[in-house]
Amino acid sequence: MIRTAESPRPTRRTVDTHCPYCALQCGMTLSRGAGTEVAPRDFPANAGGLCQKGWTAPALLTSPARLTTPLVRVAGELRPASWEAALDLVASRLLEIRAEHGPDAVAVFGGGGLTNEKSYLLGKFARVALGTSQIDYNGRFCMSSAAAAGVRAFGVDRGLPFPLTDLAGADAVLLAGANPAETMPPFLQHLRGAGAKGGLIVVDPRRTPTAEQANLHLAPAPGTDLALALGILHAAVADGHMRQSYADERTTGFEAAWRIAAAYWPEQVERITGVAAADQRRAAELLAGARNAYVLTARGTEQHATGTDTVSAWINLALALGLPGTRGSGFGCLTGQGNGQGGREHGQKADQLPGYRKIDDPAAREHVAGVWGVRADSLPGPGRSAYELLDVLGTEHGPRALLVFGSNVVVSAPRSAHVTERLSALDFVVTADLVLSETSALADVVLPVTQWAEEDGTMTNLEGRVLLRRKALDPPVGVRTDLAVLAGLARRLGQPEGRFPADAETVFTELRAASAGGPADYSGVSYDRLRAGEALYWPVPGEAHPGTPRLFLDGFAHPGGRARFVPVRHTGPAEPPDERYPLHATTGRVLQHYQSGAQTRLVDELNDTVPEVFVEVHPDTAERAGLAEGGLALVSSRRGAVTARVRRVGSMRRDVVFLPFHFPGEARANLLTNPALDPVSRMPEFKVCAVRLSKEDGAE
Amino acid sequence: MSTRHVVVLGYGMAGARLAEEIRHRDPDGARVRLTVIGEESHHAYNRVLLSSVLAGSMRADAVRLQDAAWAGRHGVELCLGVPAARIDRAARRVELADGSGVDYDALVLATGSRPWLPPVEGLSADGVLAEGAVAFRTLDDCERILGAARAGAPVAVLGGGLLGLEAARGLAGRGNLVTVVHPMTHVMERQLDPGAGRVLARTLTGLGIDFRLGTAAARYVPGDGLKLDDGSHVQADLVVVSAGVRAETSLAAAAGITVDRGVLVDDALRTSDGRVHAIGDCAQHPGTVAGLVQPAWEQAAVLADLLTGTDTAARYHGTAVVTRLKARGVDLAAVGDTQTGVDDDGAEVLCLDDSARGRYAKLVVRDDRVAGAIVLGVPDAAATIIQLYDRGVPVPGDRLALLLGRSLPAATPSAASPADLPATAVVCRCNTVSKGRLVEAWRAGASTAGELATATRASTGCGSCAGAVRGIADWLASTA
Repeated sequence: MIRTAESPRPTRRTVDTHCPYCALQCGMTLSRGAGTEVAPRDFPANAGGLCQKGWTAPALLTSPARLTTPLVRVAGELRPASWEAALDLVASRLLEIRAEHGPDAVAVFGGGGLTNEKSYLLGKFARVALGTSQIDYNGRFCMSSAAAAGVRAFGVDRGLPFPLTDLAGADAVLLAGANPAETMPPFLQHLRGAGAKGGLIVVDPRRTPTAEQANLHLAPAPGTDLALALGILHAAVADGHMRQSYADERTTGFEAAWRIAAAYWPEQVERITGVAAADQRRAAELLAGARNAYVLTARGTEQHATGTDTVSAWINLALALGLPGTRGSGFGCLTGQGNGQGGREHGQKADQLPGYRKIDDPAAREHVAGVWGVRADSLPGPGRSAYELLDVLGTEHGPRALLVFGSNVVVSAPRSAHVTERLSALDFVVTADLVLSETSALADVVLPVTQWAEEDGTMTNLEGRVLLRRKALDPPVGVRTDLAVLAGLARRLGQPEGRFPADAETVFTELRAASAGGPADYSGVSYDRLRAGEALYWPVPGEAHPGTPRLFLDGFAHPGGRARFVPVRHTGPAEPPDERYPLHATTGRVLQHYQSGAQTRLVDELNDTVPEVFVEVHPDTAERAGLAEGGLALVSSRRGAVTARVRRVGSMRRDVVFLPFHFPGEARANLLTNPALDPVSRMPEFKVCAVRLSKEDGAE
Repeated sequence: MSTRHVVVLGYGMAGARLAEEIRHRDPDGARVRLTVIGEESHHAYNRVLLSSVLAGSMRADAVRLQDAAWAGRHGVELCLGVPAARIDRAARRVELADGSGVDYDALVLATGSRPWLPPVEGLSADGVLAEGAVAFRTLDDCERILGAARAGAPVAVLGGGLLGLEAARGLAGRGNLVTVVHPMTHVMERQLDPGAGRVLARTLTGLGIDFRLGTAAARYVPGDGLKLDDGSHVQADLVVVSAGVRAETSLAAAAGITVDRGVLVDDALRTSDGRVHAIGDCAQHPGTVAGLVQPAWEQAAVLADLLTGTDTAARYHGTAVVTRLKARGVDLAAVGDTQTGVDDDGAEVLCLDDSARGRYAKLVVRDDRVAGAIVLGVPDAAATIIQLYDRGVPVPGDRLALLLGRSLPAATPSAASPADLPATAVVCRCNTVSKGRLVEAWRAGASTAGELATATRASTGCGSCAGAVRGIADWLASTA
């Protein structure tokens, strides 16, 4: 491109903002002139980097697929309607259903991409305006196992209890089930130090782009991570790497955890996992020999029916090596969704109230009810977890109506054909959406809402830092914010004026008060402080408090200040392979798509790069099933079947196939997945189920 | 439902595991009342880890399987340090050495095995070892060995089997001068073929262990050492005896239960008396070999299903045995049929002998499945082959690559020069930028790495391709 000094530069309005996708929340600037463009910004999380999703994020702002008018189903078809008519209809139907079936007949489903303000107001809306206990969100499918394990070990859950720039000083980092090279690419910059020192260890059944960069790649069979963590713990203890003084002074429960790990010596674990005993010892040695080391988990190790115990096993390893709460070292989990951290703190989870409070804690109920101006005994108790909620929709004892904000459940939930069926059995479904997602296509009323750049709001990134994402441009005519939708509905449901404000900063001020004194205390965070550029990590228990970049340095959040080892044993996948379904399928993500793909599939540059579902298969396994590269395979489980394009990948385990879950309809990888739930976190087993492969022509 | 009283004789790895498995299925004792009788006064410990204790990497108390309070917490009556004297099958009662007795509804023999003492003059009398000679079997043995083996002192190990070699490696690592005396012509002859045995001995020799193979000890003189069959002499302050074990079957035999090498059991782990079961080293099941922990644990799980009524159809069909030598600096795995030679007509046999580097790999394939393998010095190949063997998965087409593991060079070596990269090769993964796209941008006027980045976004994600983009810019400049 040739520019001359004289050429007129259009005046551009530039606003600092953050990427709309993952929890890394890359800093970017959005500028408007002839068109809307983004550019990376030097922000600690991304250090000036952006991936293809970030670069192309503005495309969706002006996408022809944007919804700009409410839609109401009339005679089986979604037709444009006015806001007044749509909101009136929603309110009157919800009131009818509640009158007939009781308050729990209306359910609410939220999302981890919603701002803190939306998450907070949605939770309040459910408990106060609807009076229902039936609210949960898609973070249950995301962060719940890590959160549960973090709480039981440390007393509080903040994904990374340290600024992620601390990672740069590490000599060794173990990533368990994380593929940031695709899911949050600029994050890799923080791992470069460990990589250069030979200490980057990646645990993943697949040789992912992240695993390719590792100094040591451990490839366990899907569903055996827990055994692997026990094996590495065993090696660490047996080879003399245990930090006994740390265990004595800062933890409890090592003895009981060790009695189990003692039965998992590396050779034993090799047989379960397929990871060489020598590699387990090497991992222990790299972590123990490092001056600074981190253990980080993500969905690969967490999305199992034993996900909580598996994360506990990794935490036990980190504790035995003395990492958590030690400056320059630690344990953390990599949060996935944009506001996956804040979204799990402010009350859209079935068992929680704002500030990461427990809904069954009488003191928490009193406090929050006081802020809301209602009686504590009017607040419902804990409701069903996400899958359990979806599973009972439209049944005799389940809800009759559902409101969905920021989630595309018919693509992202496990056993998705069944979930679609449950949604279809409801009397009334309402969604708030940017585009007509697969879930909105099933709704009775669809309300068009704003996106990231069109509204104010805060996001809490993967390190617990609260970020202000400012409005950069006006939304299309006809589109409202989710907050305005909730405000409008609340008024129609008889709530007093002002109880459900539509202004983000006003909502945040209320959130601060509601969270005050809770584990995730935001009371000292203000828009003014954020506008001034302060880096505020929760808890921030007062306006004068500087925030808490590093938790646990002086003690853990349990009474007594000690971290807890949790004794955990390996049980393996809920659905072992057998003669009919001899392979294991695992699901995951590609760089170009985000979550259910509802947004990224509408961005041409992304969708042209990865336009359809594929299945990665080892060439030997493909050969036996008669599958050629680029041909179509039918992947079947007990719950459904997916037709996918074959990719023969030599680095795959022969007993495993992989499918990304971003695609809709008959291409949904979640048609296959197993809804076996973790007993603690209620996380479904997304990462392993038994399947068989055949040629697509149906000849099996 | 009334509770059944299950009595377990033996509190070793099998007995302790059975107790755990039963309580896992019946946590409150609603179905099974459980009594465990242990001859040793120790709480159960993990015998597999004794070699780590001997090698000095683990403390003795770290190998215990259960803490002292475990039994109390789980409602298990535990009697330690009291040997059983007799089984009265008619009365369904076990009589203990202290004169007391315990009635049972079901009895489980988990009495394990005892060391076999070779007939060496002066080594033992009436089953008791002479001064300066110790078996390598129990935690007490381990502590005795550690107490007796001063650093630098000469030690002889009688027996070149798995445990003998683990003991030898541990003691050599502690600074002892170790000589292994083994009557067969190669070590671990049950699990290894002669070639692998030779490479293994060579590797261990490099770690400071001497071998006397093909000759047996004839006489032991405390304080001096061993005189061997071939007339030679091995100086030793301590003799560690590891010449094999025998199933402990005396109580069963005396009670008239059918005994061969061990107590015979069927797939429900029943002995010839339906109310008496046996698991672990004392049991003899056609599907497995004795002396390893894996079968004992699998048997414990099946028997717990049966005794608690959790799964009355549970059956034990045998265990595929994987032998792993636990010795620092040596990585050895052996599975299945390892003795078939490369000239065998009925199987496909590959064998790779790299003794100079301590590597030996052999693969026996039948019906496209792993029938046997020895993998020495190639740890990642061992892990893969064991999984194929355990899961009965077909062997990959490229057998040789399987045997070589990671020592095989990568299938697609990275291109030496940007010129060799195909145009479709993705240079920047974060932004899906191919080499072809970079070349296009260069032709359109972007002439430096920075300008290429602006034009294509290459290297603006995680930045790890920045070097490659610079390389392409330089290459394009040089070809201009």
